[in-house]
Amino acid sequence: MSDALLTVAGLGKHFGGFVALSDVQLQVAEGERLGLIGPNGSGKSTLVNCLCGTLRNDTGQVTFSGHKLNGLSAHQRTRLGMARSFQLPRPFPTLTLAENVRVPILYAADVKPGRVVTNPRQRCEELLDMVGLLPKADRKPADLTQIEMRKLELARAMASEPRLLIADEAMAGLSHQEVDDILALLMKLSAQGVTIIMIEHIMRAVLAFSQRLVVLVAGRKIADGTPQDVVRQPDVVAAYLGS
Amino acid sequence: MRNVRFTVLALLVAAATFAAARLIDNAYVFFAGYVVLQYIVLATAWNILGGYTGYVNFGTAAFFALGAYTTVVLHKTVLVLPLPAMMLVGGVISGVIGLGMGYLTLRLRGTFFSIATLAMAVVAQTLITNWNFVGGSRGAYIIRPSDSPIFSGDYIQYLFVVMLLLSVISVSIARAIQHSRLGYGFSAIRDDELAAEASGVPTLKLKLIATTLSGGLMGMAGAPLPYYVTYLDPASGFSLSYAVNTIAMPLIGGTATWLGPVIGAVLLGTLQQVATVTISSALSLLLVGLLLVGFVIAAPKGIVGWFTR
Repeated sequence: MSDALLTVAGLGKHFGGFVALSDVQLQVAEGERLGLIGPNGSGKSTLVNCLCGTLRNDTGQVTFSGHKLNGLSAHQRTRLGMARSFQLPRPFPTLTLAENVRVPILYAADVKPGRVVTNPRQRCEELLDMVGLLPKADRKPADLTQIEMRKLELARAMASEPRLLIADEAMAGLSHQEVDDILALLMKLSAQGVTIIMIEHIMRAVLAFSQRLVVLVAGRKIADGTPQDVVRQPDVVAAYLGS
Repeated sequence: MRNVRFTVLALLVAAATFAAARLIDNAYVFFAGYVVLQYIVLATAWNILGGYTGYVNFGTAAFFALGAYTTVVLHKTVLVLPLPAMMLVGGVISGVIGLGMGYLTLRLRGTFFSIATLAMAVVAQTLITNWNFVGGSRGAYIIRPSDSPIFSGDYIQYLFVVMLLLSVISVSIARAIQHSRLGYGFSAIRDDELAAEASGVPTLKLKLIATTLSGGLMGMAGAPLPYYVTYLDPASGFSLSYAVNTIAMPLIGGTATWLGPVIGAVLLGTLQQVATVTISSALSLLLVGLLLVGFVIAAPKGIVGWFTR
């Protein structure tokens, strides 16, 4: 794949003696919708943290749209166009929703070469409107419900105008209808040309969303292919249900 | 444009304050007012790091005293330097120390950062105490000129005006930051550093800006001190009461805005001055303690918090 937006080569990470990730290879093409699944503790979030710069990988190299990311801090990666939502929403609690979204507009979108956000206020409103939170623009995150919190998380991630969005369990703990809401939102973003990696336990959502599925088990990638093929693979079934 | 208008307004308030103090025509008003103004600067400077960015600094006294000792050194070496120039030098030195301290300690969070700043104050005090050139533990005497160099009046009036202008400068800076891109970055760091990084905020750089600016303003506030007290020793320059007052004032006034530290400093500073004269100087610290306990329990967002939701 020559048109890969994100290339992960031989990525490894350990915490003390515990090997969280070992020799992970991954390529994501521009515009792709990738599902990343794996049992609890399989290293999904560690992978996300290594991609986004929250953790430093011990071995291997991450390349994003031609930039080698090793050694870059999280904010530099965000500015290059890689955004994430957190598994547990981490809003800025003392700022209003509009201000929450404004931070990445000022610090990520506005500093991109050749990009000037002429009207940040209007851009905030657009983003909040996209996730249906515009009526609450002047409220604080404490007033939000779980799903609204997830939507704010996505709006804030999108405010940095990313080329790649990593949605880390954006749907965990939501009701059936709410999962569909977030799913629709992610599909909309994908249609706008954003490459999305979705990390999720809700198989219904992952299967509906992903063009390709990657499975991590105990820090290793054990499967990579179309969702239909991957879920039938014996070792994937074994990892989830036991052999 | 709004910032310019604010600064002009603040200058007018400052001019009115000076005019009122002249009308009262009592040197003590200037002596007491100087302390209140000095605390406006200190509280505002502390709030840039402590309130906006969320890093609680217990080392105010160190930055403040370094500014004061810079003046002592300058006074003993180049006599002719005017006071504002000395303040600038003191500010630069304290700012550089702030930058260095930030670089060394900002990987620490919460309480650990605070303890590190306290430790730095102790180290700085020890160094000054053992530096003979500035008087060591005996302290240094500075002879205060008798008349103001720029207008007719006592030198204390000049000190008062200088501190008045410095308060206008620091409050204007604090207010400009609050409504700026930098202010949003500081708030994001205070609320959630990880999320701030993920939003593109260069957290280390911004924290260093905050420590440098905060330390620099504290140093500038300390620079005129030797002329005010005329006798400076490490125990009074590095007095813990500076650190305690400087934390108490923004907390009582409210840490989220530029106005909080100003209200806190005026209120608490004046109260302390009044208590010192009418009752006893020991009582002034008790007052701070009681008010602090009361506000932490009853109004954690300070006085400004009463008026916002």
